[in-house]
Amino acid sequence: MTSVPEEPLLRIENLSVRFRTSNGVVRAVDGAGYDVRRGETLAVVGESGCGKSVTAMAVLGLLPTPPAEVASGRIEFEGEDLLQASPARLREIRGNRISMIFQEPMTSLNPVFTVGDQIMEGLRLHRGLSREEARREASHLLELVRMPAPEQRLDEYPHQLSGGMRQRVMIAIALACRPRLLIADEPTTALDVTVQAQILELLRELQRELGMSIVLITHDLGVVAETAERVVVMYAGTVVERATALSLFDKPRHPYTAGLFLSLPSLGAESGSLRPIEGSVPDAMNLPSGCRVHPRCPFAMPVCSERDPVLTRREAAGEPPHESACFYVDQQPDADLVALTREGAPP
Amino acid sequence: MSADSQSARTASGDAGAEPDAAAPLLHVEGLTKHFPVTRGVLGRTVGYVRAVDGVSFDVARGETLGLVGESGSGKTTVGRSILRLIEPTAGHVTFDGVDVLDADARELRRLRRSMQIVFQDPYSSLNPRMRVIDLVGEALEVHGLARGPEIERRVGELLARVGLSPSAINRYPHEFSGGQRQRIGVARALALEPKLIVCDEPVSALDVSIQAQVVNLLKTLGRELGLSYLFIAHDLSVVRHLSHRVAVMYLGEIVELAPTERLFEAPAHPYTRALLSAIPLPDPRRERRRLVLSGDIPSPVDPPSGCRFHTRCPAVMERCKSERPPAYAPEPRHQVRCFHAEGVTGDGWYPEVEARIEARIQKNRAETPPPPRVVLDVAPGGPLRPVEQNVSIDARRAGASAPAVSRSLRKKLWYVVPLALLLAFFGARSAFRRAAAERELEALAGELTAKTKLTGSVPASIAELGWRLPPLFGNHGAVDPWGRAFRYRLLRDEKGFELSTLGPDGVVSADDSVVVRKFR
Repeated sequence: MTSVPEEPLLRIENLSVRFRTSNGVVRAVDGAGYDVRRGETLAVVGESGCGKSVTAMAVLGLLPTPPAEVASGRIEFEGEDLLQASPARLREIRGNRISMIFQEPMTSLNPVFTVGDQIMEGLRLHRGLSREEARREASHLLELVRMPAPEQRLDEYPHQLSGGMRQRVMIAIALACRPRLLIADEPTTALDVTVQAQILELLRELQRELGMSIVLITHDLGVVAETAERVVVMYAGTVVERATALSLFDKPRHPYTAGLFLSLPSLGAESGSLRPIEGSVPDAMNLPSGCRVHPRCPFAMPVCSERDPVLTRREAAGEPPHESACFYVDQQPDADLVALTREGAPP
Repeated sequence: MSADSQSARTASGDAGAEPDAAAPLLHVEGLTKHFPVTRGVLGRTVGYVRAVDGVSFDVARGETLGLVGESGSGKTTVGRSILRLIEPTAGHVTFDGVDVLDADARELRRLRRSMQIVFQDPYSSLNPRMRVIDLVGEALEVHGLARGPEIERRVGELLARVGLSPSAINRYPHEFSGGQRQRIGVARALALEPKLIVCDEPVSALDVSIQAQVVNLLKTLGRELGLSYLFIAHDLSVVRHLSHRVAVMYLGEIVELAPTERLFEAPAHPYTRALLSAIPLPDPRRERRRLVLSGDIPSPVDPPSGCRFHTRCPAVMERCKSERPPAYAPEPRHQVRCFHAEGVTGDGWYPEVEARIEARIQKNRAETPPPPRVVLDVAPGGPLRPVEQNVSIDARRAGASAPAVSRSLRKKLWYVVPLALLLAFFGARSAFRRAAAERELEALAGELTAKTKLTGSVPASIAELGWRLPPLFGNHGAVDPWGRAFRYRLLRDEKGFELSTLGPDGVVSADDSVVVRKFR
């Protein structure tokens, strides 16, 4: 790129989070990082335990410390280091400039308060609105998230709403202060496909209307392909690949990403049987040495268990950045990993 | 592996009267389950959740039938009703020529050897206090198929078959990952050499890479052991991968049933089309043709009249609102419950429906353009979108006016108003009584003064008048006939009134003796 890239909204650099437990130290996130630019949707993909949610919690300062501690790294939001910020400052930012929506809308809403009360809380706290003003604003927020009969819903309790409507309420709460950044942690995993389609569509529309950035944490590559502009693939606490969605789905440059694609029935079905990634996600207490993926990788070489691979640019000249951390790709930059994995005959 | 299966097959030994091989293994007809909705202490039934309402299908030997639908469509209830884990309200279920719903406890026990289930959550469906050998071997022991060291050998074989090490038999569930636990669940279902396994969302709780492992395992086992599956799932891509035929459920009904390829290539029912178009596909270059349904699935307590899908259908007709469509068959093995399918054969389809669905898709596309595929590396001209432009909420607010009485207050009027009236009434009454008492005390003081002039003794006068004192308690002042002020105290306890004169210091005076009038 010849142009100077703009300053990102959020920059996470070399973040390491550890949990000290009675059984030992869990390295939940180990040197991970990504940028979020203004107005974009960035998807963070990975299987359970890969550290994608812990990274997001670290951004919001929501990690439970004692057990958790940020061992190293920098989280910069609009030029401000959030790891150095005081708890009071974090409270000011949280829910105001950065908001989060969670996977399970039933457990993240308080069952004993009405929907209106829960939306109004943030409005009164962060924007200092009076009760009447907050109520009016809450009804507009529900209108914004396309809730039918918004004025009436304000006085209802979460149990009176369906799953999709609860997630809409969660989104309304998150948008109450018109954040610059919305972190959506598996926002549609608990929902049916037709409702999922509605919610994803809503998020896209809102992003266009409000111009915010979205970090979409998910394990569903279909959702990623439909919503994200850029993708970060995480595995066992590290980032293994970072690229634009188009480039990643066209030609993954990491064997793990290629393996994920072949695990999907809709794509893998073409070759008859699915080709799942062998083995299972490593125990975070007992991570493999070197490249975290190597015990499950069909391309593993001796060097993979000895040294840590680093994220390296792979794109052709003039193309958007595409980075991956893999020794095999270092040697064979043009290998078609998907085809090689499908044939099951790594060189 | 194949030797294991051979021995497993011969050990089964239930090669009794082999029923007609051409007949379906499982035949379900008009299956219905209505759960009563009760209210109040007495559990009065106020309605029914029509979870399953007249579902019919067959599963052939060695066939996998996929059953898909959204939550609340009744697919899980169908699976459990077939095994009689839930007692259905009506209908017929025939398994291998035996009527399942008429079976008594002994027959049912025998039937359940051939019909097994694998549950969704591998974390909660395995007892954490039981070892693998107990979890998998329990059924063998209960059904008297093996005992002692034989169990150990059989469980080892089963574990090997599902891809686990036979040495794991003495371990507990918590020592396994989610995918391995689901393999244990499958091994447990296989222990009795069933002919049919009902899989209730067996992979939805697993990670993507692990899902594929379990799906492959189920597929291989089905082929090698000639198993039939009823595969219940909401993930259509998994269902497509595994099933020979697929049934789509909506609000307790099967709306479409067709061979897998046919269903995915030429879906007939508008609901199936919406469901298929909602699956996010992992291909960012694919053109989005999404048919987004508005609203949520209606409540099964009060399903819509006529066609149950008519409230959300993009191609709804007048007729759909009142009449319930029967199952039409555009092709011999293809069933659709939709009036648009009436008289249609093969791939022919009403152009009008096509046009209406297409219009809806175009509308969806116009409303939500695909995400920008440009790279957001911009020139140093500042941010791509000025964030301060986020005024849409304020703009909406400016145009709105507040209701005269806020809705929450209006809703509370029914108890706020009577409560306020009640409080006002009691307040007024006590104020009135107080004023009356003051007046009476004043009159009494005058009377006391007159009396004292006659008797010459204040206490004696008070004693005579005491019983007429108003219900006003505490210390009071009065004036005696010689113009001297004196004070008295009126108290009341459970025995009666106590009236005493007080000295200048406010304590009961020694010379004017205490006067007590008992009223009881």
